Formats: sequence, structure tokens, C-alpha cells
Amino acid sequence: MNLYKNYFPIMRHNKSLAYLDNAATTQKPDMVIDAVAEYYKQENANPLRGLYELSQKATDAYENARKKIAKFINAQKEQEIIYTRNASESLNIVAFSLSDLVLQADDEILISIMEHHSNMIPWQQAAKRHHAKLVYLYPNEDGIITTDELTNKLSTKTKILSLTHVSNVLGAEQNIKELAAIAHANKTIVSVDGAQAIPHIKIDVQKLDCDFYSFSGHKMYAPMGIGVLYGKQEYLEKMPPFLTGGEMIDYVDEQTATYAELPYKFEAGTQNVGGAVGLSAAIDFMESVGYDTIIERETALGKLAGDELSKLPYVTIYGSKNPALHHGVIAFNIEGVHPHDVASLMDSGDVAIRGGHHCAQPLMRYLKCNFCCRASMAFYNDNEDIHQLIERVKYIRSYFHGA
Amino acid sequence: MALNNIYNDILMEHNTHPDHKHKLSNASDCQTAINPQCESDAILVKKGINPSCGDEIVLEINVEDGIIKDVAFDGQGCAVSQASTDIMADLVIGKTIDEAIEFTDLFIKMVRGEETDEDKLEELDEALALKDIAHMPARVKCAVLAWHTLNQMLTDKQKN
Repeated sequence: MNLYKNYFPIMRHNKSLAYLDNAATTQKPDMVIDAVAEYYKQENANPLRGLYELSQKATDAYENARKKIAKFINAQKEQEIIYTRNASESLNIVAFSLSDLVLQADDEILISIMEHHSNMIPWQQAAKRHHAKLVYLYPNEDGIITTDELTNKLSTKTKILSLTHVSNVLGAEQNIKELAAIAHANKTIVSVDGAQAIPHIKIDVQKLDCDFYSFSGHKMYAPMGIGVLYGKQEYLEKMPPFLTGGEMIDYVDEQTATYAELPYKFEAGTQNVGGAVGLSAAIDFMESVGYDTIIERETALGKLAGDELSKLPYVTIYGSKNPALHHGVIAFNIEGVHPHDVASLMDSGDVAIRGGHHCAQPLMRYLKCNFCCRASMAFYNDNEDIHQLIERVKYIRSYFHGA
Repeated sequence: MALNNIYNDILMEHNTHPDHKHKLSNASDCQTAINPQCESDAILVKKGINPSCGDEIVLEINVEDGIIKDVAFDGQGCAVSQASTDIMADLVIGKTIDEAIEFTDLFIKMVRGEETDEDKLEELDEALALKDIAHMPARVKCAVLAWHTLNQMLTDKQKN
């Protein structure tokens, strides 16, 4: 077992498992699990409101995690870091609150056909509420939204551009910095779905110069149920709250209320402090491994998987021909075998992959495949995992179609 | 669990050579969607969708005098859903609406692990080959797609 897998109890307990569904969720290292357990053993209380020492400890744990997240993505201020449950919730906050702030009838919202349903349905809803139009960007054959495509689709009515940073199906990375600059010149606000990017790419929100950036903790080694919305203060301050009640209030009388300052305005109800502590530990974990190592290993694994799958004439790979552009995500089909059958037969060989539409049905139809298999790697995977995948692909093909 | 319990000869045969994968109605509109005009007094058409995986089948049945004369299907899906549909068609052709509804209820109970009485399950004939799907919860929905769809069609027919 490689030394990185050794950090993960699930890997230690399942030595024959090739876990290649990291784009769905990553496994959790001891460091994260222990940090969450220690929080509940030593520091648990309801943060922000308690007037006693333990509550202060919980508050410190919660706010120190926020500081760490702000530094991790280079946000200017920690008030710009809003805790959520996951990227989906973050994206819903943007689509709900920002659209209330800026959208008028006949305005346009621009998203890409590659969006996860979580960055698509909220905008469909926002467009309906405000009688606005939802306009789509289409990628080139490498899965990239070109500056030409953006320029062609932007109009004076385009108020919001919401785009995935890395596609959860094609693994393609968009040049957010370049696209955001073009959008901003058009006075279009830019929101980015970073759920599939932050596990693989060092994020600097100031360099990208996006106005919002959403991500989940659980895809970057943290527990499920904690996510982040980064937003520029100028917008977050003007946006109406999303959920209400709990610590998000300032003053309440029978008919009206005023709201708390940022970031609390967007954090209704008792928060997931254990999750925040886990996310903080996950950031420590990723920094101790280092993005250089993460990128180097994932690129090599992606290249090996891409090269080996390409040798099989009955396998179709979606997206770029260059495995380095996939960020460890390879969507493919085995000719004549449905992805659900592939995933079940993979499972019987201890290979965990995803099969289906990957919460991106419009993209699937655009790719004319409806469903596909997806193998997604993290740095803790190794060459043996990839060989196990390839052997299983060959077995499944012969099981259905003979040798 | 040994996977060849699921991907057994019966399932693989029905998946590779389905007898009932064709059309009963003639209208070309009927290929992809439900169109009320495709339905006649005798032929009922219903689309079944598995929202979690995107599998779609269009089921057509020809009912005369309360007897299911013929069943056909079209659409995309995994081997489990395709074979399950074809096996179901074999089973219910020639049966009354009431009998077919009972079969669908029994099958759904079997794959959910709610009915394990071997004597009762014998009635399902080749559909018994899908019994071990009960051990693969993620695939139960694939196996039941056609049976749910047929159950709804026949229940609606009875109401009308």
C-alpha cells in the first residue's frame, strides 16, 4: 500500500479496494476524523451565543476554521467566508439572493451546458421568478468555454455568469480569470462552482477575480455536511438573507427584523462546528501533502488511465484527448455495456466507480451518450488501482461480448 | 456476493435477444414519447423513467376483453432493466389484468426482499432469476422499472 493510502482508515481496512469515485466524495484521513472527534470530546457547545467558557471554545474553533479557509483561498476578509452544507447550498444562496438583488424582467443569466444540476436548476428557478432568460454556453471538443463563445453570448442584459471551474464529467478546467475579466468588462457578476476544482487546483479567489466561489468540504477530505460560499463583501452586504432565524438576526420585533453583520447574516440556525473543524483539519492535511504533490500524482494517474483505456477499441473516452487536462476525471463507455452494469461488475472486482448521468443530464444529451461511467482519482490512488480498473474493463467487455 | 447470480444465463439471454423489444402501434410519434394519439381502445402506451439513472422505457400493451394480448417495449437501459422488462412481457401475456397486477406486486416484493416464500415466488417463473437483486439495493430500481410502469398502467385502466 502506498504511503498516502495509509493515512486513510478506509484504505487500511479495504486493502483490495480501488476507490475511483473521488469526484463523488473523497475518503477521510485520520487527521480529519480525529479533529472532529476531539472537538466533540473537548470543545462542544453552541457557539456564538453561550456566555461560558465551553461555548467560547466552540466559537473559537468555528472562527479559527473560518480564518484558515479565508487564507487557504486567499479571500481578502474572513467575513467573505460563509459556511454552508455543501457547494449545492452555496450555489442556491447565490442563485436565490443575488438574483433578488440584481435581476429584472428580460435580463439574462449565462451558464454552461456542463453545469452540475446544482448550478443549473437554481438558475432555472431564478429565471422563472424574475422572468429572466437562461442562456447556455457550449464547450469546444476539449470541454473548454472559449473567450469567443463567451463574447458571443454576453449581451447588455447578461447580469450573471455562473460557471463550473472544473467539469464533474469531462474534468476540463475553465480559464476563470480570463472569462471573469471579459464578463466584468460587460458589468456581469461572476459566480464559480469550484466543487471539482479545489481538490485538485490551488485556488486564489483574488487572482481569479470571481465574485462568488462555491465548494464542498467532503470532496476535499473533510466531513460531509460542511461547505463554503466565498462572496465579495460588496455583494454579500447588499444581498437579502437566504435562510432566516437563529444567529442571523440583529433586532427582532413582532413584524420586522434587522439582520446580523456578515458572515452571520447567511448562517441561520445552529451551525456545523464539527464540520468546520474537520474542514480546517482537511486544509492542514492538504497543505501537508502539498498541491505540487497532489497535482503531480493525479496527472500521472490520469495519464496512465487515459493511455490504457485508449488502447481498448471498444472504449470511448469523453472530453479532451490529453489526459493532463482531465484533473483525474475520466468519463467513458464500454461499447455495448450499460454503465450501471459496468459499475456493478466493477464492484464485484473491488473497483468503485460511478455510472449514470452524473447530475448533468443536459451535458449527457449534448455528448449524445445519456449515461457514462466515470473513474475519478485522488492523489492517494496508485498505479495498482488503475491496473485493477483496466483489467476489470477487459473482463466486463468479454463477459458481455465474448473475448 | 457472486455476481453471476445476477448476470446469469437467463438475464444475459433476455438482454441480448429480447423477444418483445419492438412496437405495437404504428404512429412514428410513439417512438420517443407518450402521445395520447398513439393510444387506441386496445393499445395502451406508457413511459417509465428512472430519474436517478436516466433509464427510460416505453411500454405498450394490447388489452382485449380484460386479457393482455401482447406487450412490447422500447427504450434504453442497463441489462437488468432490459432483461427484466422482456421477462415480464413473457410472464403477463395471456393473463388477465388482475393476474398481471398480482404478478407485478409479487415481483416488486421479491426484489425488495419482502417476499421470500419459495412456493409463492415459483409463480414468477423466469423472473425468479432476478431474485438476488434484493442483495444489490442500488440495482433494485433497475429491475422494477417495467413492473412499476405496468402496474400503474393496469391500475389506471381498471379505474377507468
